[in-house]
Amino acid sequence: MKVSCPHMGHLHWMLDDLFERLGVDYVKPPPTTTKTLTIGAKHSPEFACLPLKINVGNFVEALELGADTLIMAGGHGPCRFGYYGIVEERILRDLGYDFKFIMLEPFDDGKWAFYKTFESLSPGLSIRKLWKTLKASFSKGRAFDEIYKRSLQVRAYEVNRGDTTRALKEAEQVLVPAYTPEEIEEGARESLAIIDAVDQDLDREVLKVGIVGEFFLLLEPFSNFGLEEILGHMGVYIERSVWVTDWIAPNRDNKIYGFPKQLVEEKAAPYLSHNVGGEGRETIGSIVLMAERGFDGIIQLLPFGCMPENIATSIIPKVQREHDIPVLTLAFDEQTGRAGLVTRVEAFVDLLVARRGSKLALAGAATATDAATKQPSLSKL
Amino acid sequence: MRVGIPRSLLYYKYLPFWKIFLAELGLEVETSPLTNKQILSWGVEVAENELCVPVKAFYGHCMALRGKVDALFVPRVVSVEEREYTCPKFLGLPDMVAAVADQLELPPLLTPKLNQREKPSEFKWQLINFAREEFGVGIMDAVAALETARLAQSRYQESLVNGHKPLDMLPASRLNRTRWKAPKDKRKRIGLLGHPYNIYDGYITQNLVARLEEMGAELVVPEMTDHHVLMQAATDVPKQLYWTYEKEIMGAINHWTGNNLVDGVIYVLAFACGPDSLVQVLIEHRARMHKVPLMSLTIDEHSGEAGLVTRIEAFTDMLMRKKTKAEAVA
Repeated sequence: MKVSCPHMGHLHWMLDDLFERLGVDYVKPPPTTTKTLTIGAKHSPEFACLPLKINVGNFVEALELGADTLIMAGGHGPCRFGYYGIVEERILRDLGYDFKFIMLEPFDDGKWAFYKTFESLSPGLSIRKLWKTLKASFSKGRAFDEIYKRSLQVRAYEVNRGDTTRALKEAEQVLVPAYTPEEIEEGARESLAIIDAVDQDLDREVLKVGIVGEFFLLLEPFSNFGLEEILGHMGVYIERSVWVTDWIAPNRDNKIYGFPKQLVEEKAAPYLSHNVGGEGRETIGSIVLMAERGFDGIIQLLPFGCMPENIATSIIPKVQREHDIPVLTLAFDEQTGRAGLVTRVEAFVDLLVARRGSKLALAGAATATDAATKQPSLSKL
Repeated sequence: MRVGIPRSLLYYKYLPFWKIFLAELGLEVETSPLTNKQILSWGVEVAENELCVPVKAFYGHCMALRGKVDALFVPRVVSVEEREYTCPKFLGLPDMVAAVADQLELPPLLTPKLNQREKPSEFKWQLINFAREEFGVGIMDAVAALETARLAQSRYQESLVNGHKPLDMLPASRLNRTRWKAPKDKRKRIGLLGHPYNIYDGYITQNLVARLEEMGAELVVPEMTDHHVLMQAATDVPKQLYWTYEKEIMGAINHWTGNNLVDGVIYVLAFACGPDSLVQVLIEHRARMHKVPLMSLTIDEHSGEAGLVTRIEAFTDMLMRKKTKAEAVA
């Protein structure tokens, strides 16, 4: 049995670890490229959202590599994501592929079914062992999230452009072989130290930008053209609202992001008081939260036609007005080009710089925002 | 107090229920006019441009009620079936409208939450509490109003099952009425799939219903089949759909193809409709398997009349040729 699962950002590191522990033969789909997307877009329905098209591309490439069992995460709606699996299976079968398809439904929707899914992959797996395995892999996933999070903040201050990206690659390699809990803990410390060791100019004035929106677009750098790196190289300090392990975790405390879901939902309540699926409510809540914390601007990412994010987008103008924070909404589909994206992001950053200048002029030289953003991060991290 | 109901989206599903419920509570009910150019262009101007056309029209309908009513009725219909949802856009609708309410000077919104995802009987209590809190109606009066409304709704649905089209009962536009029908033996049975708020909104779908009937179609619509039959027919997938209205559509095509009730199917979907974009794959597969011709008709606010007419003409002609050929062989 050769198992495969679509890409989503650095999730594959965690899956590597998980399948190794379970003794399952894991076929990692080739890294997502334009070719992947072209294959996916060709076979997917026209206005299905971008993640589905990338998933289909990943699956086709994995099947070509010999995978015979495909795993896809499920859900219970109302976002489209929960039904991806069924539609993807249909598309692939219509293309003539033969495979076994497994939908991994969330833990909360049925604990026994969740266990059974893993048991079917690795016969004889006990509940106890599954629990231990998941816990170990998850802590490794957390460690990866931590280094990525740190890199977003360090990159804004780096002296030599590209140092952080290089350090990140190095840090990943430190974490990859970690296996026992002690090794993972040690690896996490070491890899963070590698990122922190990047040559930084902490006196530099940086812009603080929050990235919010739909999870796949935030997590998968291919789908957003490496937006975080583009911004980082412009000297922008970034925080983002969704992280791989926060997203997978059944609890609601958002360890990596740092603000529990409940708080985010409370912040969203005056504008969007009901769950609309996906990250719709979290997007609004995070914008409010980031505005209150003195961010200069927000960038919202969404796949074209994403229902929950479109609801958020409809509400954002009001949030923007009341919290006096600029929000740039970027929708992505298979037609989106890098140049257009960069131009828009550059213009937005220019606007934020100009805005900060005028704010400073209005409020006098050394304002609170100035002090807060000049030394924004490292003490707090 | 005058309450306005926008003539859009779920109006086409629950009109008798809402109207009679509110009227029984002692309110004056006013609906917005049929969708027209002005309403749609208002909506398109205000709404986020990635939204589907019926939601854009909804904004326009809210605007059309400005100055005419004291409150707008925009319920948050979260779920109408256990363990299922409606479309996410219905979940966020009151908030979306509220976000532009000040700017557009809309009347205050009445937004009862209707959710029976957890418990089937929730619905009733949510409405009773809404009536008590908003209008100070006594509990017995609220229950009575609810009962009258429920009866009206089930009468409406019954007559739909008996072959009446919603258009016969909803106030249709002059244009949307069928003026001429082909003789019975010349008709083709065409299944018209899609959301009622698209199909029966004569402006959004360019009088599709009337046009098809005038071209000699014997229309079959999902509303003609009992809701439970549709839901049952939609269960042949490995994982149950969690959008009730799309499940009805799925059930309809399964029911039609399984019982040989249609010669062809026209599937109307709004551009950027989320649930339909996925369900489309399953529906097209089903039609292929049963060798039933299917045409997917995507509509948006830019859809032109000529393009639509050409396509449905070609489709009906094709069905007719197929029919004569089959008869010749027989």
